Amino acid sequence: MTRLTLKQFSVLNLKPFNLNVNDEIVCLSGASGAGKSLLLRAIADLDEHKGEASLDNIACYDTSPVLWRQKVGLLPAESAWWMDKVGDHFSNPSHEHFAQLGLSLESLNWDVTRCSTGEKQRLAILRLLMQQPKALLLDEATASLDSENILKVESLIKSYSETNRVPVLWVSHDQEQIKRIARRKLILDKTELKEVSV
Amino acid sequence: MNIISLTAFDLTLAAILVLLLALLTIVLRLNLASRIIIAAIRTVVQLLLIGLVLKTLFINSHLVWIVLLSLIMLLVAGREVMARQQRRFGGAWGYGLGTLSMFVSSFTVTIYALIVVVGTDPWYTPQYAIPLLGMMLGNTMTGVALALDKLTTTAWQQRNIIEARLILGQDWHKAIGDITRDSVRVGMIPMINAMAAAGIVSLPGMMTGQILSGTDPIEAVKYQILIMFLISAGTGFSAILATWIGAKHLFDNRQRLRLERLHTDT
Repeated sequence: MTRLTLKQFSVLNLKPFNLNVNDEIVCLSGASGAGKSLLLRAIADLDEHKGEASLDNIACYDTSPVLWRQKVGLLPAESAWWMDKVGDHFSNPSHEHFAQLGLSLESLNWDVTRCSTGEKQRLAILRLLMQQPKALLLDEATASLDSENILKVESLIKSYSETNRVPVLWVSHDQEQIKRIARRKLILDKTELKEVSV
Repeated sequence: MNIISLTAFDLTLAAILVLLLALLTIVLRLNLASRIIIAAIRTVVQLLLIGLVLKTLFINSHLVWIVLLSLIMLLVAGREVMARQQRRFGGAWGYGLGTLSMFVSSFTVTIYALIVVVGTDPWYTPQYAIPLLGMMLGNTMTGVALALDKLTTTAWQQRNIIEARLILGQDWHKAIGDITRDSVRVGMIPMINAMAAAGIVSLPGMMTGQILSGTDPIEAVKYQILIMFLISAGTGFSAILATWIGAKHLFDNRQRLRLERLHTDT
């Protein structure tokens, strides 16, 4: 089991807080502009931050940034692609994961520019899981998906988290979704991170 | 062979062409007239001044004066590189990055040419050293400015892609690799094109000048070949160096993309 620990962690004007996430899904909500994305970026060490983040007691700053980001898999709200074909971004695609999101390995031959936003979002999730992250930070992972695909993504993430026993921090605004996937819920208001009951 | 010496009247006749061009841009509302006139006046004043400086320098060819003039040329070129970038590094980096790369490559290549290739005695003979360095700086300046401008504007536009690659566990070098390669290419292509077209499409300025002043064309051509090679090497090395240092400075010690290090004019 992997545990994500944040000690006296803080970005910008957020009050320093402590947080432990075991192999469970924890949802994070808050008004837009509250800094949820910035918080996830800081945990992935993409932005400067105060305090310490660690995975299984190995601190971010004791790990090379490259290794840290491979382990702490961040899914940004908007996916980015830099090659022409979808498949150029995948070295080791999992047939099983593709099927769970209603895609086949055929989609590796697609042109990125011809994919819809929802397809790109699902492919971005698959691309992230491919490198076997030890923790997941998901920024509105299902915002651009229809209800059927939302459920598919939820069950894929749940099964990934359960099988590999990894912590998931999931930014979501959808109360129904939060009830479906999480037993713990955090609210980020302007300067404070609070845990509330689901 | 006698040189036909140009009089002030001859140059005035040429200036009339520039004035006509300026008038035409007014008619076409291109908003360029004042820039053309100012640039033309700068050409006259700057070239006359450097003519006087060179004349004095050739009479007192002392190393200190030559080094001083070289440094002034370098610093002006560095300022020019900075001014040509839409987004540039803030603080000393903005100025230092281009200047340092040009210094390393232009000065090394020029000194190599003077000592090893031409074999002037003393090696800093100003008739050779200053024009060579001037041509090196003029061209590396363009190369470095193009490469850095491409690097910083593309990094700005593609921050999502660079960060997506960092997130997927690539190191900074790989995450920005496509962009740095493009930037170096953009910096080097004008020079490669100039080499490919030399003699067929264009008669390079230096060679033309030598021929006009009475040098045997074959001698002029040999010097032109030397210059082309030196310029290409110098431009290429400095574009690579500036791009690499610039790309590295877009990231911090935790390999985070730090685009706030770039500033625009406003």
